[in-house]
Amino acid sequence: MTKLLPSRRAMMAGAVAAAPFLAGKAFADTAPITLLNVSYDPTRELYKDINTAFAAYWKGKTGQVLDIKQSHGGSGKQARAVIDGLQADVVTLALAGDIDEISERAKLLPANWQSRLPNNSTPYTSTIVFLVRKGNPKAIRDWADLVKPGVGVITPNPKTSGGARWAYLAAFAYGSKQGGAAGGKDYITKLFKNVPVLGAGARDATTTFAQRNIGDVLLSWENEAFLTIDEFGPNFEIVYPSSSILAEPPVALLDKNVDRHKTRTVATGYLNFLYSPAAQELIGKHHYRPRNPAAAAKYASGLKNIPMVTIDQAFGGWKKATATHFAEGALFDQIYKPA
Amino acid sequence: MTAQAILASPTKARRRPWVQHSILPGFGLSLGITLAYLGVIVVLPLVALAIRPWELGPAGVFHALAAPRVLAALKLSFGLSALAALLNAPLGVLLAWTLTRYQFPGRRILDALVDLPFALPTAVAGIALTAIYAPNGALGALAAKVGIKTAYSPLGIFIALVFIGLPFVVRSLQPVLQELDHEVEEAATTLGANSLQRAVRVILPALGPSLISGISLAFARAVGEYGSVVFIAGNLPGKTEIAPLLIVIKLESYDYAGAAAVGLAMVAISFGSLVAINGLQLMLARRGRA
Amino acid sequence: MTAATTASAARPISSVRLPGLAILLVLASAAVMAGLVLLPLFVVFHDAFAKGVGKYLDSIRDPDAISAIKLTLLVASIAVPLNAVFGVAAAWCIAKFEFRGKSALLTLIDLPFSMSPVVSGLVWVLLFGAQGWFGTWLIDHDVKIIFATTGLVLATILVTFPFVARELIPLMQDQGADEESAALTLGAGGFTTFFRITLPNIRWALLYGVLLCNARAMGEFGAVSVVSGHIRGLTTTLPLHVEVLYNDYDFVGAFAAASLLASLGLITLVLKTGLEWRHAGELAANRRH
Repeated sequence: MTKLLPSRRAMMAGAVAAAPFLAGKAFADTAPITLLNVSYDPTRELYKDINTAFAAYWKGKTGQVLDIKQSHGGSGKQARAVIDGLQADVVTLALAGDIDEISERAKLLPANWQSRLPNNSTPYTSTIVFLVRKGNPKAIRDWADLVKPGVGVITPNPKTSGGARWAYLAAFAYGSKQGGAAGGKDYITKLFKNVPVLGAGARDATTTFAQRNIGDVLLSWENEAFLTIDEFGPNFEIVYPSSSILAEPPVALLDKNVDRHKTRTVATGYLNFLYSPAAQELIGKHHYRPRNPAAAAKYASGLKNIPMVTIDQAFGGWKKATATHFAEGALFDQIYKPA
Repeated sequence: MTAQAILASPTKARRRPWVQHSILPGFGLSLGITLAYLGVIVVLPLVALAIRPWELGPAGVFHALAAPRVLAALKLSFGLSALAALLNAPLGVLLAWTLTRYQFPGRRILDALVDLPFALPTAVAGIALTAIYAPNGALGALAAKVGIKTAYSPLGIFIALVFIGLPFVVRSLQPVLQELDHEVEEAATTLGANSLQRAVRVILPALGPSLISGISLAFARAVGEYGSVVFIAGNLPGKTEIAPLLIVIKLESYDYAGAAAVGLAMVAISFGSLVAINGLQLMLARRGRA
Repeated sequence: MTAATTASAARPISSVRLPGLAILLVLASAAVMAGLVLLPLFVVFHDAFAKGVGKYLDSIRDPDAISAIKLTLLVASIAVPLNAVFGVAAAWCIAKFEFRGKSALLTLIDLPFSMSPVVSGLVWVLLFGAQGWFGTWLIDHDVKIIFATTGLVLATILVTFPFVARELIPLMQDQGADEESAALTLGAGGFTTFFRITLPNIRWALLYGVLLCNARAMGEFGAVSVVSGHIRGLTTTLPLHVEVLYNDYDFVGAFAAASLLASLGLITLVLKTGLEWRHAGELAANRRH
């Protein structure tokens, strides 16, 4: 026993001496930098790929190991969580209006956030298309076919889903082309009369349509429509309407949060990476419309070019669109006034 | 502690005139823990819930609650919950009666499984019920054949609410049925209109109070239910949008005060009805004894 | 609440003179249970194994699934003991003492039963969310409550708040204070009396309450959904993980995670039934509701 004592003491001393070194080394090697990306519903597969690619790129560039965490949900729901204190470093949401809300209510980023990155801070665009069942049994070709009696239309709730807001506005733009603002309202009212289930987010709606077999047509993100065919098999067809809306899902860095987490450099790197050829390639692969001409050209064959209105030109920007259409008691609420 | 505690307690009791004297120690400690915990976990949040809506002003709160969409959601939640709780009455009596009165193979397993809706997490129940009652699900397809819409209709919500409420009624009835005296049992098991009538006349009043309490518990649980309902409801405003979902939607539209207003109204109504039902039950119990 | 009952433990009266009616009623009961209760359970396991055992095991061994399981266990292991301690304390002062305001206290303890889980989550957002009462202070001091484990624990505690107390109060009221008084008169200390006399008397009821509380805590969805933030591998509990996978179109994974939760529910039922058989006399008959 006594013989053991010195050696034990020596070991202890050694351990104590080594501790700071070990701790320091362990810290550098194994404690990765955590980055939280709070995103909207259909980007799950996209960011899974992008995060892997960026982590590899960043490790090669700086030697830092990254642990990128994801949260997905309806765009409005996600913005609400960030406003309530969800510590996102970057947000990648479905529409600029939701990031404006974060800027306005929680002051986590400046009001001019959209001018800080190229292309209005939207590294890719997309649009709203129709997904119908194989053979298009209800012969749905354009918006006019959606309001026919007996057609079931599936779309999420525009109150909580970004994709649904784009779809709603695309529909409204179609309606107002026929008869001004009154035509828009009239069309929207008829359209939502044909909606039997209102999901919380894009994924909810797709599951209802594809898995539960409800409805004849899904108003879907273009990328989500392609993904549905990949995931659920070839029982569906994509129909491009005569016109749609240019959906611009923006990305932004939350200044206050990255400064608190000391992650500004990596978060900036992450957002810039979205514009890099490697990321643009992944974006195209997942059926979004890349900004990068090379990637856009490579994936152009699958995506049809149709006339698209923009939010600024047709609706005067998100602020105005939200107040007119989606705010408490605004147009969308009026549709659902019990008859 | 011992001797002192006993000796000290009379003086302590005098210091606290609202407590009846007891030689047991630990009143201060246990009440302290209870009140502190209750304060943090229940009272503080409730105060926040009760205060938050008023930043809209009284007119704003009224407006928020009187909106047709909110009224429709409250009506749907409370109405369907009441209906589901009422359907649980005959189902509960049937199950409780069979489980307490008859010996049959598998009785104990069936008895244990009555609590499954309580033990099964609500989201799991919701997804499973949707899979069953969707038009391409096992039972939904059957119903669709005869032209009945189950999932994504009020009927679907109703089914989910019956599911989660069932254990409450059965478990409230079982002890009473167990204690009902033998004569009633004989009457019930002998044929003949007279004895059956007698059985109904004797059994129902005896079951009354616990049936009511079972129904009220099932009702209270159903009103607030979210996880098992949200998947199967169609979530259409004014048609299949339940009140808890409306709270979530209001919260997600940054309408904190409106969400709190609806939440407060729900707590007030369901708590109020629980208190009222408890009163009714006491009254019945007294009359039964008299 | 479902806290049940001596009923299932006692022997049924088997003097069945009308087998026809009896058989009819038994069959009807079995049909109700099969259609309403067992079918969902069957669907969960059926769909979980729809693509074979291998796929099922893969889903459960997924790192996000494992972290969801760990988080669920962590949250329950904090929430349930806290509610148990509270339940014992509340039952002690309510059952053993007479004081003014007791019925008000009982009412408050029952109150969470009439709160929607969504409201039980919302209240914490109103208090500790960045826009809530204490939001600014919490951010300034870098304390995370909402969208972190603490928030999940708080929401879970509120939802499962009354279970242990409701189980213990009627039992301890029935038992009265005679045994404790005797021990104290004989010179035993307060804590000795509690641990030697009271606790053994209530242990099975306590365990019963803890079981119910735990089942509800691990399965809670609505309340935690409001305060979770749904960060994969960080703030998604198992029920939330089910939803995440469902929305990933990974239906096998979703039902595999759901089957874990369902198994947990079944284990709870087995333990609960065991308690009811063996210790029926020491459980509270649900007199109070």
